[in-house]
Formats: sequence, C-alpha cells, structure tokens
Amino acid sequence: MTETWIILGATSSMARAFARAVSKNGDQVILAGRDIPDLEASASDCALQGAPIAEAIQFDAREAATFAPIIERASELEGMINVAVFVGSMPSQDQIDTDPSLIAGTVTDNYAGPATFLQLVASTMEERGGGTVVGVGSVAGDRGRIGNYVYGSAKAGFHTYLSGLRNRLTRSGGHVVTVKPGFVDTAMTWGIEGMFLVATPDKIAADILKAVEKRKDVIYTPGFWRLIMGIITAIPERVFKKLSV
Amino acid sequence: MIWNTLTYTGWGRVRSATAQVARPERTSSLAALQAETAAPAIGMCRSYGDSCLNDGGHAVDMTRMDRLLGFDPDTGILEVEAGARIGDIARRFAPDGWLPSVMPGTGFATVGGCIAHDVHGKNHHGAGSFGQHVVEISLMNGGKLQKVSPSKGVKLFRATIGGMGQTGVIVSAKLQLLPCKGDIMTVTERRIENLEHFLEALDASKSTYTVGWIDATAQGEALGRGILEEAETGYGLVPDAKPSRAVPFNAPRWALATPVVRFFNAAYFRRVPERGRTSVKPITEFFFPLDKLLEWNRLYGKRGFHQFQCVVPVSEAAVLRLMLDKIGSAGLASPLAVLKRMGSGRAGLMSFPMEGYTLAIDFPNRAGAEALIAELEEITEKAGGRVYMAKDATLDPSHLTKMYPDVTKFAKLVSSIDPDGQYETDQTRRLNIRSHA
Repeated sequence: MTETWIILGATSSMARAFARAVSKNGDQVILAGRDIPDLEASASDCALQGAPIAEAIQFDAREAATFAPIIERASELEGMINVAVFVGSMPSQDQIDTDPSLIAGTVTDNYAGPATFLQLVASTMEERGGGTVVGVGSVAGDRGRIGNYVYGSAKAGFHTYLSGLRNRLTRSGGHVVTVKPGFVDTAMTWGIEGMFLVATPDKIAADILKAVEKRKDVIYTPGFWRLIMGIITAIPERVFKKLSV
Repeated sequence: MIWNTLTYTGWGRVRSATAQVARPERTSSLAALQAETAAPAIGMCRSYGDSCLNDGGHAVDMTRMDRLLGFDPDTGILEVEAGARIGDIARRFAPDGWLPSVMPGTGFATVGGCIAHDVHGKNHHGAGSFGQHVVEISLMNGGKLQKVSPSKGVKLFRATIGGMGQTGVIVSAKLQLLPCKGDIMTVTERRIENLEHFLEALDASKSTYTVGWIDATAQGEALGRGILEEAETGYGLVPDAKPSRAVPFNAPRWALATPVVRFFNAAYFRRVPERGRTSVKPITEFFFPLDKLLEWNRLYGKRGFHQFQCVVPVSEAAVLRLMLDKIGSAGLASPLAVLKRMGSGRAGLMSFPMEGYTLAIDFPNRAGAEALIAELEEITEKAGGRVYMAKDATLDPSHLTKMYPDVTKFAKLVSSIDPDGQYETDQTRRLNIRSHA
C-alpha cells in the first residue's frame, strides 16, 4: 500500500537519514522545515533513492500557520499518512540560565509545536484507519539533570504526549513509536565535549525503521541506552540530586 | 559548535594533523563558514599521505553533504553533492544500467576527492581519468559559489580537477555516467609468469577493465609475476556482496614480516589455477575488493604505511624492473602491489596520469621505507614519470617541476584566487607548490 511520510524538522541529519531510508522502501515523502533550498536538495535525493513523490514544504514549529498546508498536501495523496517528528532545539543550559525567556521557544520546538501538529493530523489518520507516528524524543527526557533540564523537561512532555496519542490512535489501527536516541553524531552535537558511544544518523534511522515495522512502542537507540537510562532512573532522588551526570 | 579540534590521518596513517574541523550539512552553512574562515575541504580521507591534512589549520569535512541532486536518464548526467561516495553511486545506479565512468580502488572515496585528485580506475586505458567525465563543478571560494566547466571558466575548471583543493571547496558536480550492462562483473584471472609477459599482456588486453596484481617479493626469473584481471560489466544474478567486516585492532609487526608476505603472495598467486579462470562477481567486489575489510589500514600496525605510486612512459618500461629489484631486495614489500597500463587521459593541470605503466605498492612504515621510496621517486623522475599526489607523503619538492611541468601555471592561478594561502594543506606546504607562482 502507498504510504506517505510527513517529516518534520527534515533538515536535521537524523531526519535526512530517515527520509532516505523510507525513500529506498518506495514510500512518498513530504519534507517539512525552514530551509527550503536545502529541503529541495534532500527531496531530489529522496526521489532518486526511490520515493515516487518527494516534496519540500515550509514548516516552523513556532508558526502554527505553517501546519495546515502540510496536512492538506498530505491529504491529497492516497494511502496511509505517517508523521515523523525530528524537530527540536537544544540551547545550552548556560544560555537558558542567563536568559530564561529561551524556555518558551525550547518548549515550543520540542513539544508544543509538534504536539499541535500531531493533534491537527490525528483525525485524518483516524479516518484513513492507520498510519504511524514516529516521535523523536531524547534520553534527556527520562530524568531532569543539572546539565540540560529545560530541554529534558520539554522532551519529557513530548514523551507523555506521545504515550497518550498512542493510546488514542491504536483504536483506529494507527501506531506511535517513541524514539529516545542517546548521543548522535549530528550538527547539534558536533564538537560538544564529553560525548561517548556516539551513533551515526544512519544507525538511528535503521533502528527507527525496524521499530516501525515491528510496531514497537518505545525504543532507545542505540539499544544499550535502555540499560543506561534504566540505571539512571533507578537512582533514588535523594541521591540523584547530589550527582552531576 | 562549528569548529571541532580533531586529530586525524590520511589512509596510510604515517602523517597526522590536528586541525579545527567543521562539518557543514547544508550549502548555506558551508557558505557562512567559508566567508568567515576559508579552509580546504576534506572527505573520507582515503588519500594516503598528507593531501587531506592541514596541521594547525582549519578543514571542512564534506561527508555530510552527500545528496543526489538530479539525474537525467536520457543523457546519463548525474548532479551530486561533493561528499557522496563513489561506491554508493555505483550501487544506486548500476541496476539501472549506469556506472560512474571512472572509479578508484575504494568506493569510500568522495566525489570531491575524486575530482581533487583526478583519480583513475581500472579502465583508464580506455575511459581516461575521472575529471574527463566531469561536466560541471560548483566551486566555493571564500563564501562565493560559482560554476565552472569546460565551456565556462575552463582555466579554473582545469586547475580544480587534480587541484588538491587549492582552488576552493568543491560543493557539487555534474558527472557523466557510463552505460553498463548491469550490476555484475565477468572477471577473468590469469597467472602471469614474469614482468615481460605482464607488460605484453597489459598491452594486448582488449578488456574495458584491466588490472594486474604483482607479487613484489618474487625475484630473479619470477620477478614481476602476478595475476592479470580483465573484466566487463554484465547482467545476471549473483549472490549479494558479503557483508563487510572490520579489522578490530592494529596488527602486530610480525603480521607483515617478509616471510609472511612471501608465503601469502605465493599462495595468492597459486589461488588462480594455472589455466586461469572466469567468474562472475557483484560489481563492488571487483572494483572495491578491499572495502569488504573495513579499516584494513590497521593491518599495517599503528605505525602505518606508505603507498608509492608512479607512472612511467611506455618507452621507459625497463625502469620497472629496476624498481621491482630494489623493492624485492629491500624486503619491505607488502602483499599490495598493482601494475596497470595507463592511457594518456588526464583532465587537470596537476593530474597524475600519462601514457605508460603505473606501479602502486604499499610499504609498512619501517626503517628504510622512506629511503627506498626516495630512491624510487628519483628513478621515476629520471624516467620522465611522476608520482601520484593522492598517495604521496614523501616527495622531495625538487622533483616537482619535472614531474608536473604545469605546476607554475597552476601555482600562479591558485595564488591569484587564494593569495593568503587559506586552502594550503600539509602537502602543498611540504611541496612548496605556491613558490612556483
């Protein structure tokens, strides 16, 4: 059956790798983001990798007016509508400490924006009786840490939202995969100190695709992060509050 | 974080550099950082020596800009970002009947690197060099993007092909692909008993793809013995290429000790039956035999290795015997030695190819290796040949003018567009290329 993937935040390297992977499977892609010339280059790539339809379209998590045209375009296409959310931003905790007004934008980029979009598209997915949502969260959302708890809390909100959306869409045959990547070798993490066990965007994309096929609910990628986060979340709060991990 | 301090090496791992490296993912971010700090581009760092190194300076890693931008199935012209890898292009287009016209010995080489070194492949005698199939280059100098081609900005075009990044950053290019029958290769392997027979067989070969493996440890009557591989593309069904495996750690020194190599080479020679054999393989296995073994450079241990590659004119074929003699008696040879007939095809001012024979051979980085290579370079210059920049880490700058007679023209042009030497690399500084301006 024909499938269309709306990819939000499609300029990110993880999104690019994912778009290329689904294109190779012969799926259609709508690449949504802010840098249209760049998205058009990615769309050409997707088309040559095997996507029968590959288009670039404007999307800004902070501009709700950009949401509806994307959903309208996807609705014109036949078959299942899938959405993969890669959008997000991570100002450093230091920047936020000096300028707390950055919090609102961080929450919009990582949670409120994508959640609003998903809320708008959910009914169309229900009408078509299926479809998959991939929501990229973060291991940082599993526990608040001194290093980036604003980013982490926005991702935590997004995780909870995805869990609720899964509860809803499963009733109409749809599915939601929550993806919690560890450290990924992207432009966002390039040159940041203290990174370890860094995964390539291609590895993350392959893991996500496998999770979609197997209809997994929540995945850590690479998989060993489940273990690491299992340990971190098991530490009692009265101990954890004194740590800087 | 735009600039990341990294210590990295070329494929031979003898030379290393610590540089500020940026890795843009989009043309807009590349333009922004080039406008601020112009720096030479690097790709997969598959060149062996120091052409990808810029110690104490800056470099731009282009590997994240690897998208296919357009393909015209009527003409076979592919537009592609510079960081795309040749093997990926081959795997994508061969099933549709197209291949990159020229492919180097590793599929991990990027399009940008192939242009910047004007690489050649096993079909050089027929198809010429990589640059001869480049239709257009998008080149960024400072923050400015311009398109150069044989019809527009030809001087800059010819300085960019084989230009080792000295004219700016190659952002994308249009490549003329070559029609092929399909994604398998029919490969015929024959034993060749000595150097004379090898040169005759290479001259006589009518195949599209021809390459010779040489047992560089063989001496006396068997000097220059090896295996000739001739191949054509074809269609049919073969098992997929086996998944690649990685060399997990640096090999110890004895792994490539002389008796081990001698034994390995003798066995490798006899692997092909006396009467020869023909087999079919996936294309990638023929073109990129070593790519199956990821990080194979670790086999040379942590001290790394040099690859010496020269080309000498047909009339000077006799010096190959002299070289193989020296190599054999030095006891430094590794299993990797390749002999090929080259045509005259070359596309840039600083391109390597010339009509003749090219010999490539690896030497573990041991005592005596650099002295031996210096001797071989001397012989190459006297014979009117040249050594290959993509492999070089040792060439003495005094050899440059004779090997690369266009270096003055090249240096003048490069100095005019990059007066502050921002695109210089460890190699261009070592060879003092700009001094020829």
